[in-house]
Amino acid sequence: MSANLSALFYLISGILFILALRGLSSPETSRQGNYFGIAGMLISIIVTFLTVGNFDKGFIYVLIFLLIGGSIGAIIAFRIPMTAMPELVAGFHSLVGLAAVFVAISAFLKPDAFNLGSAGNIKLASLIEMSLGAAIGAITFSGSIIAFLKLRGIMSGSPITFKGQHIINLLLGLSILFLIYYLCSSQSSNIFWTLVIISFLVGILLIIPIGGADMPVVISMLNSYSGWAAAGIGFTLENTALIITGALVGSSGAILSYIMCKGMNRSFFNVILGGWGATEQTLDSKGNEQKPVKSGNADDAAFLMKNASSVIIVPGYGMAVAQAQHALREMVDALKKNGVKVSYAIHPVAGRMPGHMNVLLAEANVPYDEVFELDEINNDFANCDVAYVIGANDVTNPIAKSDPQSPIYGMPVLDVEKSKSVLFVKRSLSPGYAGIDNDLFYRDNTLMLFADAKKMTEEIVKSL
Amino acid sequence: MEIDPFIFRLSIFILSIFVGYYVVWSVTPSLHTPLMSVTNAISSVIIVGAIIAALAGTSDNLFETSNIFGFLAIILAAVNIFGGFLVTQRMLQMYKKKKK
Repeated sequence: MSANLSALFYLISGILFILALRGLSSPETSRQGNYFGIAGMLISIIVTFLTVGNFDKGFIYVLIFLLIGGSIGAIIAFRIPMTAMPELVAGFHSLVGLAAVFVAISAFLKPDAFNLGSAGNIKLASLIEMSLGAAIGAITFSGSIIAFLKLRGIMSGSPITFKGQHIINLLLGLSILFLIYYLCSSQSSNIFWTLVIISFLVGILLIIPIGGADMPVVISMLNSYSGWAAAGIGFTLENTALIITGALVGSSGAILSYIMCKGMNRSFFNVILGGWGATEQTLDSKGNEQKPVKSGNADDAAFLMKNASSVIIVPGYGMAVAQAQHALREMVDALKKNGVKVSYAIHPVAGRMPGHMNVLLAEANVPYDEVFELDEINNDFANCDVAYVIGANDVTNPIAKSDPQSPIYGMPVLDVEKSKSVLFVKRSLSPGYAGIDNDLFYRDNTLMLFADAKKMTEEIVKSL
Repeated sequence: MEIDPFIFRLSIFILSIFVGYYVVWSVTPSLHTPLMSVTNAISSVIIVGAIIAALAGTSDNLFETSNIFGFLAIILAAVNIFGGFLVTQRMLQMYKKKKK
């Protein structure tokens, strides 16, 4: 196949990938969008085979390896529980990163196969592109591995910090730039390998100081990196599909990081530098003075909700941990039978990754048109009879609106306290991730339900 | 004077960033998780480079170092392509409307 023709086909793939993302603007068109993505991928792979035009022994091997990888991927995709989506996505990012590194290595070892010159005499522009692709790919790989280990709980989620960390990171970052410059003048393979190894190290050091609860930002950021790495390789291979995809994925991840940071009212750099862990201890625990708390049981909750005309459910990550989403749906079904209007309110950072809570509710057969984002539903709390907070904490804290001294001041929160009564399912009065007391616990219209989220919800179902 | 082809690729790249920016802002927040898994899947189009790397050279010496890296990259990218698209499909099938 001629180079011009294949370039046109790669352009078509690129357009199909754009349509794949476009489809996600609503759940109705999203499935079709996914098929566009699959079609784009198929075209790219077939065109590549036809362009290389080598159907000897090697072709068979390529198919075999493709099927091995494909079956592993398919098995993972069918087995993975929805609660584990964050670590799955982190794991997948690491694979893209490592694949970018491997392709860059092959291109460096055998540049003639890619039309980039000959070994030891690679075109300057290609050398810069492939070393950037390799460096970003390596950072994506090792960073995603750390994120995966933290999300999976194999590694502690608490930030790992040491003295001079930021200076070491800065020096390593500068040394990457220096090595790329030096590589361009020397074409030395030793420099190339050093570059790859240092980039792996940077990826690790970049993610270890970031706390477990900041993972939504980290995953989005690594998503973005994997895109930039792909784009770097796309420039090296002069491949339009890869350049378009890299740009799409890169900007997608960047936008998600921005949305997540805004949801926590923190700057991107504040998250990256591992900001919050340090302030946690300095907060004095003035919440320790005994304030009166009203607590109730499942029967009280059932009575309140049965006689309400509208109920808003506020789920948080704790609901996912307790696996309470199915029990929750049963409760809502029972309420609906009693003529109660029920909707769900989701905070942007309610899960461990963007949109995580929506997927968990969808899995529990909650219709997506009953689930609302913060902006859409926040005004409805004032007209609602009961707010049922399950597994969420900091995102409901009214102090974020009133106390400029609070570390979460300015963070967008759900106006739960405005509803006539608040049912707050929680095991104890302990503070949430931000380490601050939730003012909501002590309000007159709050009834605390001290129990495991799943057990409490099941008991409420029974007494309904 | 002739324009370097690199400039054309750079133009595509920068325009695609803009396309990406507007397309991603139009994605509904409830589908942000499928967005991440599908972007993951499409970025595995890097398999194109892996295939070229794996098939480089003659068939007599199929497993030179550079080819081996190509084959490894094919496996990694294939895990991602199949895994990414299938898990996205699985998630999207769960999104249902209210029964009227």
